Amino acid sequence: MNQSIDLDAPALAAPARRSRAFALPLIVFALFALLPLAAVLGPQSFILALVTRIMILALAAMSLDLLIGYGAMISFGHAAFVGIGAYSVAILSSHGINDGFVQLGTALLVSFVFALVTGAISLRTKGVYFIMITLAFGQMLFFLATSLAAYGGDDGLSLSSRSLLFGSKILKNDTVLYYVCFGLLLGAYLLLRSVVASRFGRVLRGIRENPVRMEAIGFAPYRYQLTAYVIAGMIAAVSGCLLANQAEFVSPAYATWQRSGDLIFVIVLGGIGSLHGAIIGAAVFSLLAELLSHYTEHWALIFGPILILVVLFARGGIGGLLGSKP
Amino acid sequence: MTLTLAFVQILNGLQFGLILFLIAAGLTLVFGVMDFINLAHGVQYMVGAYLVAAFTAMTGSFVAGLALALPTALIFGLLLELLIFRHLYDRSHLDQVLATFGVIIFLNQAVKFIWGAAPLSVPIPDALSGAVEIADGMLYPVYRLVIIAVGLAVGLALYLIVNKTKLGMLVRAGASNAAMVSALGVNIRFLFTIVFGVGAMLAGFAGAMVAPILSVEPGMGDNVLILAFVVIVIGGIGSIRGAFIAALLIGLVDTLGRFMAPTLLKMLLDPAAASQIGRAIAPMLIYILMAAVLFFRPSGLFPSKS
Amino acid sequence: MSVAPLQLKNLCKSYGALRVTDDVSLEIAAGELHAIIGPNGAGKTTLIHQISGLAAPNSGSIIFHGEDVTRLPMNARARLGLVRSFQITSILPRFSALENVALAVQAQHGSSFSFFGNAAAEADLNDIAMGLLQRFGLGTRALVPAGQMSHGEKRQLEIAIALAAKPKLLLLDEPLAGTSHDESQRLINTLQELRRELPIVLIEHDMDAVFALADRVSVLVYGRIIASGPPQSVRDNPEVRAAYLGDEVV
Repeated sequence: MNQSIDLDAPALAAPARRSRAFALPLIVFALFALLPLAAVLGPQSFILALVTRIMILALAAMSLDLLIGYGAMISFGHAAFVGIGAYSVAILSSHGINDGFVQLGTALLVSFVFALVTGAISLRTKGVYFIMITLAFGQMLFFLATSLAAYGGDDGLSLSSRSLLFGSKILKNDTVLYYVCFGLLLGAYLLLRSVVASRFGRVLRGIRENPVRMEAIGFAPYRYQLTAYVIAGMIAAVSGCLLANQAEFVSPAYATWQRSGDLIFVIVLGGIGSLHGAIIGAAVFSLLAELLSHYTEHWALIFGPILILVVLFARGGIGGLLGSKP
Repeated sequence: MTLTLAFVQILNGLQFGLILFLIAAGLTLVFGVMDFINLAHGVQYMVGAYLVAAFTAMTGSFVAGLALALPTALIFGLLLELLIFRHLYDRSHLDQVLATFGVIIFLNQAVKFIWGAAPLSVPIPDALSGAVEIADGMLYPVYRLVIIAVGLAVGLALYLIVNKTKLGMLVRAGASNAAMVSALGVNIRFLFTIVFGVGAMLAGFAGAMVAPILSVEPGMGDNVLILAFVVIVIGGIGSIRGAFIAALLIGLVDTLGRFMAPTLLKMLLDPAAASQIGRAIAPMLIYILMAAVLFFRPSGLFPSKS
Repeated sequence: MSVAPLQLKNLCKSYGALRVTDDVSLEIAAGELHAIIGPNGAGKTTLIHQISGLAAPNSGSIIFHGEDVTRLPMNARARLGLVRSFQITSILPRFSALENVALAVQAQHGSSFSFFGNAAAEADLNDIAMGLLQRFGLGTRALVPAGQMSHGEKRQLEIAIALAAKPKLLLLDEPLAGTSHDESQRLINTLQELRRELPIVLIEHDMDAVFALADRVSVLVYGRIIASGPPQSVRDNPEVRAAYLGDEVV
């Protein structure tokens, strides 16, 4: 019988106590931390931009991993939150409000409300209904973005400048932006690690395993799932803020359901339910897209089948192949 | 806003709804009977449109194009089933979502590769072009009336098959409890194949029918797919009746909403603001409708499984 | 007069034309172990579902320690102390046996809306959980993923989890189902201890266990209670023999 998450995937254990489990994420973060130094050798700004985007993608995907990997909530509308974050920055910027913290605060507030409202309704449904209703809500936001004629509509909106931090234009420097993204990614990773290991996280994971059993011992699944949904949405919004800054451009294309699908692909590619899998997946996904698009404009012809093959044959994703257990 | 204008919009809404129904019918049965989330259903619709465009160009006749496109669309659908979907029936919903998402990515690019990114146009067959007068001074395209008629006929046929034939009974039973039907000795694989094939053909047929009036382009199935999802979520998975009612509801709400929202808002706000907000809200109306229905009925209006 | 822990008043439930619960009224007294027996399909599990809150009756009411819980969701009833185990083992397969129990303990120990700290390392939760596991002879299996335990061990775990939820009344749905002779003997001994601590409603097919443990027995046939009373009187009841026990019963 179908369940929404395949329970034959590698077992879910309590937070890692042994040092081996730290190795992979440690290596990943070390690589990211040191990259700008190494990039002095190559065409720096291109690689820097690429890896910055990888980290931004990883941040959004990691937040979705909380939902899919730990909460068994397959949200197909997560890109909407990235869009909310991006447009918060762009809209405020177009009105002359360039302070990074104000923009971030707005993004967090709007995503909080959107997540709360859509999550409250979506979580009344289960299984395929949940997938589809999140898909639909994501579309709703996408259409809203395209209809904002004052802010570019379908064509998108350019930012006049990146966000100001404490009044300074320091983010204009690509390396600074890189490390800001790195810091936020690392911070989000540590936060999510803690959440997953905490009492809250344990309840969430329990609900994923057997919601009826959890109810029978006194937990009301709804409120835990909704909380996770809101947390994930807000983190994805942060990713959107960073994306707006990196690209200096926002467009409704950030919030399509195809982007939501990409996020799920990224997590599965790297290994569901591991958090750092999202980072690995984001790297592989982006590098693959970059590489393939150099050969042909029809790279999707190869991408599609790769996705299908990964789903059919590579159950634990790349992280699983590297021996990482979630 | 005259009554005839509203009437035209109602007809448009009906036509849109019936097309949605054709797509949603197959989708809801596949979900209901096989518990299989097929995101690639939208590409069936797209493939139907492209096939009719190609065959019509080849033969010079829309009817011939349609006659060739339908069986080709069926074969194409069955091919996908054989190669990919069959391996997904026992997998988790997440795996199904991702794999069918991969199919969409591939096929959207494939049609771009074969036919280019520019929209294809399919001429309306001469016999069906032109318009009739449906009310004083208001002309309505014949072709759209044909779509409405055909849509209703197919709906009726489906209703009769599903509710009055033995095959239909098996399908309804399968939608309610597939394991039980299999345990009773029914060849469930064969049932699956039939259900899938019919669904694929209906979607392809819908795509073929709208080809003359919409632009045939890569990705045309994507938005329609989401709407089809909304239809079956509102209607209740596994229910043809639910899909029919929900599809008409959505077709009407969407069309009339887009038409009336700015007008209604003009009564409250100044014309410029009303127009802008109206245009922003209009596409969101169906999602608000869906949210409202699901709030009170989390399993849709006519769920086949209690 | 103190209120009986559990009162079922005129419970009715139908699935379409099928009556699965037909005007069931029952009172469970304090300290009582009340067994519910009956042929398969009689509606015993559905009755437990209604009492625990997994299913809603069409009419009638369920009063728990004087409070009408008929409309309360299952988790709310569990928090009030109305706790059940499941006929088909329902545990968290990828969590260790210890964590399975610890989670139930956690539900009773303050808020679970805490996002920091390592729940699995909380000593006070683990101590209580370990104690319960040892009581059920599962102490050495504490760190085994629950899904890998033997069937009998899982049945023990089911009850351990239920106990961890600080019940004021236990609903046990066929706890001995599928257990070996030794395992069921062990469980029966545990139930003998438990019955002194709290009222228990027990669904069982194992007649030896039922007649060894029960203070009173009710017989459910086609959703209706056809007999209710001390085990001996039920055993001798001709209607019960005809419907369920047969004439060869001891």
